[in-house]
Amino acid sequence: MREMANSASNWIVPLLILGIPLYAFAVKRVRVYESFIEGAKEGFTIGVRIMPYLVGILVAIGMFRASGAMDWLVWAIRPLVAWAGFPPEALPSSLMRSLSGSAAFAMSSEIFKLYGPDSFIGRLVSVIQGSTETTFYIMAVYFGAVAVRKTRYTLAASLITDASGIAAAFVITRLLF
Amino acid sequence: MNIVWLLLIGAAVISGAVKGHMAEVSNAMFSSATTAIELAIGLVGGMTLFLGLMRVADDAGLVRVLARALRPVFRFLFPDVPRDHPALGAVAMNFGANMLGLGDAATPFGIKAMEELQTLNPDKETASDAMCMFVTLHSSSLQLIPVMVISLRAAAGSKNPSETIVGTIFATAVSMLVAIGVSRMFARWYALRARGGAA
Repeated sequence: MREMANSASNWIVPLLILGIPLYAFAVKRVRVYESFIEGAKEGFTIGVRIMPYLVGILVAIGMFRASGAMDWLVWAIRPLVAWAGFPPEALPSSLMRSLSGSAAFAMSSEIFKLYGPDSFIGRLVSVIQGSTETTFYIMAVYFGAVAVRKTRYTLAASLITDASGIAAAFVITRLLF
Repeated sequence: MNIVWLLLIGAAVISGAVKGHMAEVSNAMFSSATTAIELAIGLVGGMTLFLGLMRVADDAGLVRVLARALRPVFRFLFPDVPRDHPALGAVAMNFGANMLGLGDAATPFGIKAMEELQTLNPDKETASDAMCMFVTLHSSSLQLIPVMVISLRAAAGSKNPSETIVGTIFATAVSMLVAIGVSRMFARWYALRARGGAA
């Protein structure tokens, strides 16, 4: 399955990069090279536009991680999830997922090492990590790209979505394994 | 966002002080700032490539074709966006790339989608409902096959690294529905509040 997924992505992108310009040139008579350059021009400006957003959010997250304040968040939420039967060992990596993908993956590896990837906790962590996203990073990149500063309810809605993903992962892991 | 940002930094400084981790916190500040710039620079290459490709697809009318094909879904998700608008084509390409796990391609398509949505946005500094819906949908993780997790499981010696895929797809589907429902609710609530404030 993994090989299939990997080789599929190895094929799709090159085929797109050939297929789209070929169709554009042969069928629609688009001056493909000029068109490509025209679109590609924006790439760098967008990268620069994203920078302040990314620095703002990654610095806050970096400080938060280094300070060990995560322990407090875990401590505050722990009784709530323990009541639902959710293993508290899986909590830190789940909460970290919205903040930093690489940190969450490192914590998951640690859990795989401690409990084994095929244990209940190992499977639960796998489902959670696969079905949630690095919300803060995505918000910084997407809103940064269009220089939108007031994001209204996006963060609240995203965090509720993340929480629902974790809850759904817990329920399905219980049912499946 | 303001409150969460302050909370993150505030908790970091207090926790750093209480636990004696101030040196780490201070180091993390500067290393994170550097990482952020490296990430942004790292995005530029792929972004330039795919924005170029996107323009070719746009000029060939492919983006509109895609938007038209997915019209029923988009009518429901983004009621404020006119049908056949190129924003919807970019959204479709972004979702498609995400589902297939093509992160490098997905981000530039997503950015293009945001730029197109921005052209429809009356207040350029404030997110429109369509933008909020689009970004919130991302936090449900659209990826169908979690390649990263499967690799991690395999590396840790799992007997069947891909056995969690079904669960992942289920959890992703649930959180996607929640994302849609919650965004809709907030949108309505904000609209009501805005009207109340004006009166």
